[in-house]
Formats: sequence, C-alpha cells, structure tokens
Amino acid sequence: MTNTATATTRSLVIEREMPHPQEKIWRALTEGKLIEEWLMKNDFQPVVGHRFTFRSTPVPGWNGIIDSEVLVVEPTSRLTYGWASMGMESVVTWTLTPTVGGTHVRMEHSGFPSEDSASYKGAKYGWQKFIGNLEHVVERLGRL
Amino acid sequence: MVLGVKQADANPVFRALADPTRRAIFEELTRQGEQTVHALTRFAGVSQPAVSKHLTVLKRAKLVRHRREGRETHYRAQPDALAPMADWLNHYGAFWRERFDQLENLLKRMDK
Repeated sequence: MTNTATATTRSLVIEREMPHPQEKIWRALTEGKLIEEWLMKNDFQPVVGHRFTFRSTPVPGWNGIIDSEVLVVEPTSRLTYGWASMGMESVVTWTLTPTVGGTHVRMEHSGFPSEDSASYKGAKYGWQKFIGNLEHVVERLGRL
Repeated sequence: MVLGVKQADANPVFRALADPTRRAIFEELTRQGEQTVHALTRFAGVSQPAVSKHLTVLKRAKLVRHRREGRETHYRAQPDALAPMADWLNHYGAFWRERFDQLENLLKRMDK
C-alpha cells in the first residue's frame, strides 16, 4: 500500500492505493450513511447542485459545520464538492482509478475562494501554474 | 478537532490570491524583487488604476509592502504572509490522513 501526502502552498493532495474495488470505494464516498462512518454526519446526495452540510461536534473557534455543494459527479471515478467553513471556501475532489490490486484514491483539497470553476479553467494564469511556480519562487526568496 | 484553527487568518490571503491578475502580480514581485507601479502595469497588461486596485488588495492581505520614492511607488512581496495559508494546509493534512484511515477501516468492515 502506498500513502503519499503533499501540501503545496494552496492545495493539499492525499493519495493512497486501496485493495478494494472502485465501485465499493465509490459507495463509501457517496452514500450518506457510509460517509458518516468515516467522515462526518451529512445530508449528501450524489446530485450536481445539491446543497448539503457536514456536521461535527462544535469546539471553541469552530461551529462544527461545513457548508457544501455537489459540483461534479462522474460515477465511479470523480466526485467534487465545495467545502465552506468559517468563511473559508475551498473545494474537495476525489478521483478513483482502477489498479491491478484495487483502486488508486486521490483526494485534492484546494482553496480558491470566489473563483468559480468556469473562470478557474478559463484563467490564463491558473492556480495550478501559480502553485507550481510558487515553490520555486519561495525558494529563491530565501536567497534574496 | 483541527478544522477551526487559523482559518480566519488564512482567508484574506486566499481571497487576495483568488484573482488571477493579482496572483500574477504577486508572483512577478516575488520573482523580480521590488517593482514600480509603472513596471507592474506594463507586466500585467491592464490599466494603471486596475493595477493599483489589485495592489491595495494585496497590501491589505499583507502580501506586499510599498514605499514612495519621488513620483514613483515601489512594491515588494512579503512571502511571510503566506504562512497562515501553509498552517491551514497542515491542519487539513492531519485531518484528511485520519479520515483516510477511517475510510479504509470502513472498507474492511464492508466486506463482512
């Protein structure tokens, strides 16, 4: 089993190879009762545009609520939803790819507030490029 | 629970960098060092008032600093301002790794 996690300045990616069929993992990601078992209480439905919440126990500094909207549903390979909490908006994307022994699971959690997916794609200067460059940029800054 | 920490601090930084032109300006400053508003206007290919507006947003997020010299205003990047963004990612990193473990536990249980 491989388990890699990389954090760039804005985007968090966690990838794991899991010895389970893709369809089964898709169920765990998209059936409300199953989601609750590993993530949080929710009223999720795998329908694009569906607004829902994840609910956790409130703690000081956090009300325990994550407001979400389903953005992409491509059974059984891709699922994207918004993730807004305490005024911080971000997006979570799950990508499942079959492998010889099971399924490669990739989760990307990225924050790009107030930029909708259309302009994100259309932007000449996209987040991905920015983040890719930024690592080098910050390295260089240390030397200035 | 990791989710509440530092989100409020990271938010202005995310917001400031949500705009592609502002990202480009910020990166140009980190790449080239200090730049005048004129130079940044040439670089960004938008009007000078537009560039000044973007610089004001970056300044509020503490991503840039400025100084005046004669008639020119010079800007430079403050990469330390990215720290809350990095904190946010660290907190979520711990959160999601734990949830991945729980997901795998669930998948094992589903077999039974």
